[in-house]
Amino acid sequence: MRAIVNIFLKEGVLDPQGKAVHHALDALGFEGVEDVRIGKQIILKLKSLNIEEAKAEVEKMAEEILANTVIEDYTIEIVE
Amino acid sequence: MKKVAILQFPGTNCDLDTKYAFDKLGCKSEIIWHKEQKIPSDTHLVVIAGGFSYGDYLRSGAIAKFSPIMRSVKEFAKSGGFVLGICNGFQILTEARLLEGALKRNENLHFISRFQTVKVENSDNEFLKYCQEGEILNIPIAHADGNYYIDKGGLRELEENNQILLRYCDRDGNRAVVNGSVGSIAGICNREKNIFGLMPHPERAVENILGNSGGIKMLKGFIL
Repeated sequence: MRAIVNIFLKEGVLDPQGKAVHHALDALGFEGVEDVRIGKQIILKLKSLNIEEAKAEVEKMAEEILANTVIEDYTIEIVE
Repeated sequence: MKKVAILQFPGTNCDLDTKYAFDKLGCKSEIIWHKEQKIPSDTHLVVIAGGFSYGDYLRSGAIAKFSPIMRSVKEFAKSGGFVLGICNGFQILTEARLLEGALKRNENLHFISRFQTVKVENSDNEFLKYCQEGEILNIPIAHADGNYYIDKGGLRELEENNQILLRYCDRDGNRAVVNGSVGSIAGICNREKNIFGLMPHPERAVENILGNSGGIKMLKGFIL
């Protein structure tokens, strides 16, 4: 079982990397982009077979270390 | 003679400069490897020196906060001991939630390394007691993640409790945008005023041959 954790800066916290890429896209002529947010994805291979348990465990990991919840939000997806 | 414990993580690179600065002030300073369980007894000040602990992996300071020595640092701070985090040390202190807020990637995405003027915002604390409020110091900065963030409510509290130590400024003392920090903040302390964090490197400005000695004026607050 795998857990996919996506981490992004919270809405309202300026994302300097996203802004720079947005500028670059504009410069390349891609005008249809309204906003760019850059985050990171952490993929964990888990020993657990129970989805609920795995989710609870990964949530603890996200709160403790994977994300800094002062500035970041995260989502967790469990994949068989 | 006051004892200073300087923490060293894998990737810390300002530990020797920091030791040099405190030795110059007549301290008995010691470098403490992060795997140690306890900071030495009689320690007056713990300094978390600058560098790139754990290669800045995940986020700057995110992994160092779990090193064995940090438990002892938390106890030391809780009992009123002085803790100073410089640059990566500041990042570690925010990651460990010993200081509020967080340090994000610089707004312009560059690693900024240069002398930078900063204005003393509050000097009613142990660290900056030999500085004057409004005084302008010229201190080196060298960081990629120095963009201080705190939400509006948190910022108001920092201001109301005189927790803002330094703000980036121009030569005339007007606030300057350097890395995108909220309110141009360069350094803060906790409400109890025993835990301090700043992005500038006072230990790199301790004698005139290094450009200026403004850093000594700051560091000696803990010692003299």
